[in-house]
Amino acid sequence: MDDLYRAEILEHYRHPHNFGTLEHPDVTQEGSNPLCGDRLTLMLDIDEQGKVTEVAFTGRGCAISQASASMLTDRIRGLSLAEVSKIGRQDVIDELGIEISPARLKCALLSVDTLRRALEDRVAWQAETEEEPA
Amino acid sequence: MANVERRSEDGGTLPITLVPVDGPDPRAEGALVVPRAGIGRSLSAPTEPPDAASVSGSDPLDPEAIRRDFPIFERDFGGRRVAYLDSAATSLKPRSVIDAVDGYNARYSANVHRGIYALGEEATAAYEGARDKVARFIGARDRHEIVFVRNATEAINLVAATWGRRHIGAGDTIVLTELEHHSNLVPWQLLVQEKDADLEFVPIDEEGRLIQANFDALLRTKPKLVAFTHVSNGIGTINPVREMVDRAHAAGALVLIDGAQSVPHMPVNVAELDCDFFAFSGHKALGPTGSGVLWARRELLEAMPPYMGGGEMILEVHLRSTVYNDVPWKFEAGTPDIAAAIGLGAAIDYLSALRMDRVREHERLLTAYALDALAHGVPGLLLHGPHSAGERAGVVTFNLPGVHPHDVASLLDREAVAIRAGHHCTQPLHERLGEAATARASFGVYTTTDDIDRLVAALRKVQALFA
Repeated sequence: MDDLYRAEILEHYRHPHNFGTLEHPDVTQEGSNPLCGDRLTLMLDIDEQGKVTEVAFTGRGCAISQASASMLTDRIRGLSLAEVSKIGRQDVIDELGIEISPARLKCALLSVDTLRRALEDRVAWQAETEEEPA
Repeated sequence: MANVERRSEDGGTLPITLVPVDGPDPRAEGALVVPRAGIGRSLSAPTEPPDAASVSGSDPLDPEAIRRDFPIFERDFGGRRVAYLDSAATSLKPRSVIDAVDGYNARYSANVHRGIYALGEEATAAYEGARDKVARFIGARDRHEIVFVRNATEAINLVAATWGRRHIGAGDTIVLTELEHHSNLVPWQLLVQEKDADLEFVPIDEEGRLIQANFDALLRTKPKLVAFTHVSNGIGTINPVREMVDRAHAAGALVLIDGAQSVPHMPVNVAELDCDFFAFSGHKALGPTGSGVLWARRELLEAMPPYMGGGEMILEVHLRSTVYNDVPWKFEAGTPDIAAAIGLGAAIDYLSALRMDRVREHERLLTAYALDALAHGVPGLLLHGPHSAGERAGVVTFNLPGVHPHDVASLLDREAVAIRAGHHCTQPLHERLGEAATARASFGVYTTTDDIDRLVAALRKVQALFA
């Protein structure tokens, strides 16, 4: 079973990056996965130029959802919203770099789907189906 | 054998050969697959006395022999057989059930209660024969009390939508429990929202047992209906059904029992339980998906309005009025899942040949074995539910601290150990437990101690990985 989760995934799970809250976030968005009861709260600071200056998340969930939130929040800090809008669901899967079974896809995508809802009023997301990535 | 006649949908009469409900032991009827017994590894758990109603350990099931009747164990999972520990979700299917379904589809796949030709009569006899088997299996006094539905969920929705809409009014109370599966909760929520009625819940204690003093207090509010599960699918608690039924009746309430987790795993007799409605799913009892049963006392069924309208549920239809069919057909509108009902009949033959007292004893010993193996083999594991195997069915629910149940299940899957992770359709119970999700191993007639040993070994590997 050791090959299922890479050491990096487990490291992000044990010590998630950007785990916590922001004092006065510009955007707060909750997401949940009813299948496993996972919950995620994502907070973003966005400056006047439309740049993500700070990001944090809280919640509880499985190693895949926590590691993906940890990696995604690392990735978007400092990006412009235009750059954020280019991040697709497949990018998140690719960054995890592990085999994701259909049953676990919602775990892997919880953070990016929550991000997309958080910014739906501010960002013209690149068209992407809600179906699972190829 | 008795011959009865019932009007068919198109006005003719249709002879149906019935086996009386109190008929011969199904093992004497021939053409059954009688599971092998008596060889292989047997279980022992000296610390756990057998159930009072159960046989002694001298005649144990032989799960290794039983496995040879289940083709799924021929599949290769990386050089291993699957350790299938999710029987509470659905059971595996023996060859005799698969053959019964295939036999209907291949040899006599006509509609029931319609065709005045040999194939149609054969299909009708098999479908109605399955009804007789169900009646005998659960101790129904009258075959007309057996309504075929898709699953326990549909059975409960049927009662809520018919009896419930007629008898529950503003200010009435329905008593449920904290253990209920969503299927014995949401239908009642829908009903009380429509009727401006109330739901009350019997709480559980720290071991997941219903607190009977609270139940008695709720009965003093004179509920119209009490609905609760025979066995908790979430944590395995076996509820004291007969005692609770007696007290509910004394308080003037009717009682619905959700038997989805009891019928497959222990002797069940609705007459002895003395309940008013009883629901179960065939697919958890070695039968096909699409097979389920509502049992209710005949006078209740006869007084209930129909559930769905359509063909089969009628005697006469005019443009502005309809005369409904007799029970149970009044509740079986449209072409039923004929193959599934026939398959359920074959599953009941299989379980009857094993004998349900032996099934219960097998699973009780497995549960005792699993509780002991997990408590001693996996340091820090948190076990939910009653501590004694005598108070629980073959459902063992746990959390591994620091590891989400979904990760546990994914990692166990790499070892071909199949468990359930999540809330098991019991979110209120999980709120009560203080866990968003749990991991659950549940057993069946084909479960062996080797399956449990593999579970324990795999959990230790997960612990090492996350350490």
